[in-house]
This record gives sequence, C-alpha cells and structure tokens, in this order.
Amino acid sequence: MLSTIYALLFYVATILIVVGVALRVRKYAVTPAPLKIPTTPAPTTKGGVVLRMLREVIFFESLFKSNKWIWLFGWMFHMALWLVIIRHLRYTIPGNTPFWLDFMQPFGKYAGFAMVLGLAGLWARRFLVDRVRYISSPSDHLILVLLIAIGLSGLTMKFVSPTDIVAVKAFMSGLWTFQINTLPTNPFLLIHLGLVIVLLIIFPISKLLHAPGLFFSPSRNQADNPREQRHIAPWAAELEK
Amino acid sequence: MADGDTQIPKLDDPLQVPCIKPGSMDGLQPFLAGPEHQEKLGFPGQLVPDWKERTLAKMKEMAEKNRAFQVYLDICVKCGACTDKCHYFLGTADPKNMPVARQDLLRSVYRRYFTFAGKYFPWLVGARDLTEDVLKEWYSYYHQCSECRRCSVFCPYGIDTAEITMAARDILAEVGMGQKYANEIIGKVHDVGNNLGLNPKALTATLEDLEEDIEDDTGVSVRLPIDEKGADILLVTPSADFFAEPHIDGLIGYAKVFHQAGVSWTLSSYASEAANFGLFIGNYENMRLVSQRIRKAAKDLGVKRIIFGECGHAWRVAYSYLNTLAGPWDFLDPNYPVPQHILEFTWGEIQKGTLKLDKSKNDHLTLTYHDSCNVARASRMGETPGGQFEIPRNVIKAVCNNYVDMDPDTIHESTLCCGGGGGLLTDDLMDLRVKGASPRMTALQQVTESHGVTHMAAICAICKTQFSKVMPKYGYDMDSVVSVHQLVSNAIILDGQETEEDATA
Repeated sequence: MLSTIYALLFYVATILIVVGVALRVRKYAVTPAPLKIPTTPAPTTKGGVVLRMLREVIFFESLFKSNKWIWLFGWMFHMALWLVIIRHLRYTIPGNTPFWLDFMQPFGKYAGFAMVLGLAGLWARRFLVDRVRYISSPSDHLILVLLIAIGLSGLTMKFVSPTDIVAVKAFMSGLWTFQINTLPTNPFLLIHLGLVIVLLIIFPISKLLHAPGLFFSPSRNQADNPREQRHIAPWAAELEK
Repeated sequence: MADGDTQIPKLDDPLQVPCIKPGSMDGLQPFLAGPEHQEKLGFPGQLVPDWKERTLAKMKEMAEKNRAFQVYLDICVKCGACTDKCHYFLGTADPKNMPVARQDLLRSVYRRYFTFAGKYFPWLVGARDLTEDVLKEWYSYYHQCSECRRCSVFCPYGIDTAEITMAARDILAEVGMGQKYANEIIGKVHDVGNNLGLNPKALTATLEDLEEDIEDDTGVSVRLPIDEKGADILLVTPSADFFAEPHIDGLIGYAKVFHQAGVSWTLSSYASEAANFGLFIGNYENMRLVSQRIRKAAKDLGVKRIIFGECGHAWRVAYSYLNTLAGPWDFLDPNYPVPQHILEFTWGEIQKGTLKLDKSKNDHLTLTYHDSCNVARASRMGETPGGQFEIPRNVIKAVCNNYVDMDPDTIHESTLCCGGGGGLLTDDLMDLRVKGASPRMTALQQVTESHGVTHMAAICAICKTQFSKVMPKYGYDMDSVVSVHQLVSNAIILDGQETEEDATA
C-alpha cells in the first residue's frame, strides 16, 4: 500500500516537474528580448557568451563579486548538491553501477554535510542580516527548511539509522519499468522521499526556476555586438511596416 | 522638498551599508504629468477608471513581449546579493530602495495574478492584491531608481532592476500616471527636436556665439555647422551641450577636435538631441520615434557617419539600440561603426597624431574620472569589452598630467550612479538626488584627501548637471565637474592658434 502510494507520487511528481519546467522553458524561449541589454563589459561573440555563462554556472562569478558570504554558502550548497545527486544515481540505475559512479560515492557521502552546512548558512542570513530578513517571505524560509530536512534525513540514514538500501534500490529502479517493489518503512526514508517529492512538485512553480531561468537572462546570455548585427524582435519589426 | 531640508548622509566609506530604516523615503514622488504631457505621448491624461484591468493586461502583454520582464520576475531567489548595491539605498537606508525589494513591489502583484503559488497561497510567497495604494507606491519607488544597472552586475542571474523599473513606469504611464519631467521633455523632442525646445533659429544663434567665443579665445576660426548638407559626419549631442556648464565647454572641445582632424561635420536642428528619455519611461514606441529623427536627419543631410557627443544614457540608446530602433544603417559608410562615440573619434585622432596637445594647460587640475552608469554597464567603446573604461581614461591622460582613479569598487563596471540619472534629474526629487550622490561623493572625497583631486571629469550630460548641483552640498565648487572634451579643449593647440608665448613675444 505504502509502496504504491510512493510510487504513484513519484510518477506524478516526475510528470509535474518535467512538464512544468518544459512549459516554463518554452515560455522563456519564445518570449523575445526586444533590445540588446547585456550587462557590459560583455563578450562580443557567442563563444564568449558560453564562457561567461559557464563561469556563472560553475563558479557563481557575479555572486562572488557581490558578497563572499552568500557566495560561500550558496556555492558550497549547490556544488555539494551535485555530488549528492550523482551519488544517488546508483539507487535509480537498475543493476550494476559503472566504475565512475562507484568512485564518486565517498565524495557524495560527505558532500551531504557541506550541503546542509551551506543551507544553514543561507538560512542564518535570513535571520541575522536585517536586509535579507526584510526581503524574505515564508516561502523563502520554507524552501530552505525543506532542503535542510532532505539533507538531514538522508544523512541520518547514512550515518545513524540505515535503511535496507538494497530494497530501496529495487523500489526506485523498478519504477522505470512500472514495477512497484516493496519500499522499506524506515521513517527517515519515508520522510526523505516524501520531501523530495514535494521538492520536485514545487520546482516549476517556485523560485527554483532560477536554475533553467538563468540561461535565458538577457543581461547574461546576449553578445555585445549591437553595432555589427541588427537585433529586432518580431513584434517590433511589425512597427516598421 | 526645499534643498535645505536634506540631511547629507555622512559615510565613512563610499559603500558603507546602513541599517535599514523602513519608510524613510515613503511618499517621495515627482510631479505627475498633466493631460497635455500625457496625451502627446499617447498616454491617457489621468488615472483611468479601469486602471486595475489595464495594469494587469499590460503586465500580461509585457510578459509576452519582453523576455527580461518574464524571466526576472520568475527567477529571483531573494539571496540578498543586490541588497547593498544601490546608491539610493546606501544614501537613504529605505529598504524599498534595495534592488530586490524594489522589484518585489511589482513582483508581488505579478505573483498574485499570474502564478499558481500567488493565486492560491499569496501569504506564503509575498503576493498581494493590486490596489490604488500599490500604484502610488510604485510611482514613488520606481522613481527612486536611476536605472543604472549596478545591481544587475552583482546579481547571480543578472536580474536588472532597471528593466523592472522601466516596465513599471510604462505601466503607470499607460494607466494615466506618467511622470511630468520625462514626459514633458519627450513631448518637446517630438515637437521641436530637442529636450530644451530650442528652435533652429535659437540653436543657430547659440552656435554662432560659440564660434565667436572660440575665435576670441584662440584667434582661429573654428566652425560649428548646423544643417549642412553633404557633410561627412552628423554629430548628435545632448542639447544641454548647447547651453549648460560644463557641457558647453565639451561641445567646444568636439568642434576643435573636428577642426583639427580636418573632417567635415554638421549638427542637425531636426535631430538636435542625443538624449532619449523614451528609455527612462520604458516605452519602446516613444524611444523609437525619438531615434527615428536621427535616421531622418542622416538621410536628409546625406552624411556618411554618425557620432554621438558626451551623454550616458544617450550612448546606451545609440550604441545598443539605434541599430534596432532606427537601423539598418546600410546607407552610411560601412568603414565606420554606426554610431561612434566622440571619444572613439578623439582617441583615434590622438593615436594618429593629428592633434597637437599641451598637457600642461591642465596642470592646475588634479583629475579623477566618473564612469557614467549607462556607458559603463550598458554599452561599449572601441573594439574590445571594457573599452568604455579605457578610452575615456586614455584621452584624459593624453591631455592631463595629474590623474587619479577613485576606489576600485566604485569605478568601471562597479561605478556608482551620480544620483540624478534615469529621469530623476528634476528639482522635485532633489532630496533623493542629494542622498543618492553620497556614495560617489564619498569616493571623491577620499581621493581629494589622499591625492589632492580637485576636479572630476564626466561624459554624461545628466552626470554633469547633477554634480554641478549637488557637489556644493559636499564641499566642492559647482564647477568641480568637467567635461572630458573640456580638458581636450584646454590642451589642444589649433594650427595657427595664438599661444601665450606669441602674446608675450
């Protein structure tokens, strides 16, 4: 029964995040940028724009310029999150895992601590810095709480109260082929998976859209070449007729 | 508010972050545009009865027509990186002057009516109903932003508050709450061709006076031609250059450079304005109409090149948008970028060696340079990114011996707005202008103390006017701000010019 509910929730959440994000990305992609507004100095070529974007995504370059504390906590959280996600692939891939994924396991394991620490730092700022306190809505706090709870419940399973991980793998990897295997009933596991489902569902209707949205930010993704290349939005071209 | 009421903020450091003081700038607002200034621009004369529906319809339209509007409203995570980056926040401590909080004034309404979370859980995501008080709050705080883009440099996603401010002002104008200062000026451009409403006759007379002044001064006849068909270069410059100090000294500088370079050039009475306040009010159609005047003038006069004079936002519109708004420029000489900045021209001539320069003429000055926001963060000069920082400094250093930069965190892409940009250069916002200038003024005071800086050079008509007005409040003379081409003008020795040695010999 419980396994079926979780399986169904995973399917629903997956559909919601995939369809939700796809619709959002399509909206961003089809909405024209009527004017050239890269924040300058900006790269003058497409290749340069790709590099600028990579620096933003990998190093959080602008944030580093802005505020070293936010950068430290934010970068630590995001990079740790990647390691943790990669580590978790082993639980969703059916059968044996590739060598590189086995190699990543210990990194992902301890990245969980860095992730929670980064999140805790970001959350602390929402209380301690008067400016950030002022701009924080309940949802800004709750998303941090959600992520921290996911991290802590996961760490608890890893280091305090292990679950039957083989059964978890059987459950998760079975979902690919619509097989519903029995999910262990470790409470931390159920909390962990339940919160992940919540995270997937809210992704396309929350500020978590910053992840795909960044790539569509005109101030970062436009090349600085307005004198060389005429840029005009379709609706603006209509005005010339 | 009268000038005397403003408390000058005392900062120990240009970027010193204040503790927030909620409500400290509540209610400050510029005069509303009356019907005559609204209707000329195609806006309703006063607040329309169905303002709510029209506001929401306009927001929906913007989300479909402008990717920045849609993406920026969605993706802010409220990290706080921008909260201490706005000069108006640093100068006023009003938390609604923090860029993210300024965006949230509109984002909260966007969420309420256009997002799932805001429709069903408004309290959770800080969404709120659109009321007349919200419109008034928008009018107040979206006129406390100079659209300088400093926040966008530091945002991890490049969210540009200027885009939100422009959108909000456009919405406000569309429901009948336009700003008098900007709309009146745009109306003058539509009617006469420049912000001041100078007609061709007055303009010609002014230029003739200037020619006489230059001849009296140098003994050389330097022309300031207007409406001369067949000239190679059309100079488009802010109309402040025709009458205001220190702008006019810059105009004299351009004329001397053109004279010495031996090029033929002309001004246009039809397009006698580089400024384009259509940018400030965020209205594409008005910005386009103003830009089209330049296209018409270039065609009518048969010029081969277009060069812009010293003006910050004008250079943004020229460099970044002119091709979009008034291009393509295929009828001009393809050997030159369209348009060029006067500093690109002057620096080119300096490198070619066509200008004879005597740096010692500026020895009585110790200079620093104020990067204008729109030039620094929304445009470029020269071939490579960052040329907008190097070329003005190269020119200053070529004509002056004493030059010092201000605090590196307050120049180049991190430059601070003068406090009067973005359509706020009006007396009804003087309190805000004085406070918003405090970070820049503090950076200037530092180099005055450490290096004896006496003057600050600028290449923006608004910066120049703003500084000459607010600098006295910070202990400087009003002529402590100078045009870059004023410095060029001081140093340039024209062929046949009577020098002091000649006079004494």
